[in-house]
Amino acid sequence: MHSFGYRLNGLLTFSLTILAIMCAITSLSDNLNTPSPSAEIQIMNINWFQKQPQGNDEVSLTMNISADLQSLFTWNTKQLFIFVAAEYETPKNSLNQVSLWDAIIPAKEHAKFWIHTSNKYRFVDQGNNLRGKEFNLTLHWHVMPKTGKMFADKIVLTGYSFPEEYR
Amino acid sequence: MGWIGDTVDSVKSIQLRQLLTQAVSLGMIVTSALIIWKGLMCITGSESPVVVVLSGSMEPGFKRGDILFLHMSKDPIRAGEIVVFNIDGREIPIVHRVIKVHERQDTGEVDVLTKGDNNYGDDRLLYAQGQLYLNRHHIMGRAVGFLPYVGWVTIIMTEKPIIKYILIGALGLLVITSKD
Repeated sequence: MHSFGYRLNGLLTFSLTILAIMCAITSLSDNLNTPSPSAEIQIMNINWFQKQPQGNDEVSLTMNISADLQSLFTWNTKQLFIFVAAEYETPKNSLNQVSLWDAIIPAKEHAKFWIHTSNKYRFVDQGNNLRGKEFNLTLHWHVMPKTGKMFADKIVLTGYSFPEEYR
Repeated sequence: MGWIGDTVDSVKSIQLRQLLTQAVSLGMIVTSALIIWKGLMCITGSESPVVVVLSGSMEPGFKRGDILFLHMSKDPIRAGEIVVFNIDGREIPIVHRVIKVHERQDTGEVDVLTKGDNNYGDDRLLYAQGQLYLNRHHIMGRAVGFLPYVGWVTIIMTEKPIIKYILIGALGLLVITSKD
C-alpha cells in the first residue's frame, strides 16, 4: 500500500485531476469579461465588377477597416481571429456569406488598428445576382483561449450595395 | 531482486477464483470507459466528440498535439466556425475554418467552403475531384473548446505503435501481479 509504485500512481492521478480542474476554472474565468468592441468599415473603391466565364459574378473592392477590440482580450486569450464577411440574400440562396479578409491578432496591443486593404479572398457569387444588390459587412471575431471554451461574436454593418452595372 | 522473487511467487500462486475476479474487474474498467465514450458521443451529437490536431494548418491557434472538443447541433453552419469534416475516400478528419456559406432558400441545405488559417489557399485542393463545396453531411462537428498538448499521447501511440504494445503489456503484467 505504501510502495513506490502506489505512491507514484496516486501522485500522478492527483496532479492530473488538479490540472484538469485548473483548466476548467481558467476557462470559466473568461465569462467574467464583458467586452465592448467597436468597428467601422468603409468601402473606398470598387476596383472591378465582372461576370466570369462560368457565369458567376465577381467583384474586387478596397476597404478601410478600423476597429478597437482590446476589451476582448483576457489573461486566458491566446489570440483573436478576426475576419470581414459580406452577407447578402439572393433568389436561390437565403443566405450567402463570403469571407473577404481575415487576420490574427496575437496580443492586446495590436487589437486597436486601422488597415487599408483590398479583399484577400475572391468575392465570387454562386450565380450572377450581385448587380444593384444591397449587402451587409460583418466583422467577426473568434477568441481562441490558451485553454478551454472558445467564444465568437460579430458586429453587423449595413448599408452597402453593389453598382447597378458591371465595370 | 526481492521484487522479482515476489513477482514470480505471485504468478505461481494464482488461484482460479482470484484470476477470474481480476479479469472481471478489468472488464468493468474497459466497459465503463466505453460507456463514457459512447455517452459523450450522445451528448455532443458528434461521431467523435474529441479529436487530435494532426497538422499545422491552423497555427498559431491550434498546434499539432492539441485536442479539440466537438459539438454538433442542428444550428446552421455559419462563416467563421471551425468545423471538422471528412472527405469522401479519406479517413483522416480535417479541422479548418468556414470561409464561405451559401444556404438554399427552400431546403435549408448549405454549400460550405473551408480554409486552414495557416494555409494560403482554400480547401478546394483537398476536396474530392470536382467537388467545389462541402455539405452538412460531410461535417462531423464544430470545435467549441480545446486543451493544449494533451493529444501528443495519441500521436505518439499512433506513429510509434511499439510504445502502445509496451504500455498494454506493462498494464497487463501489473493487473496479473497485483495482489488486490
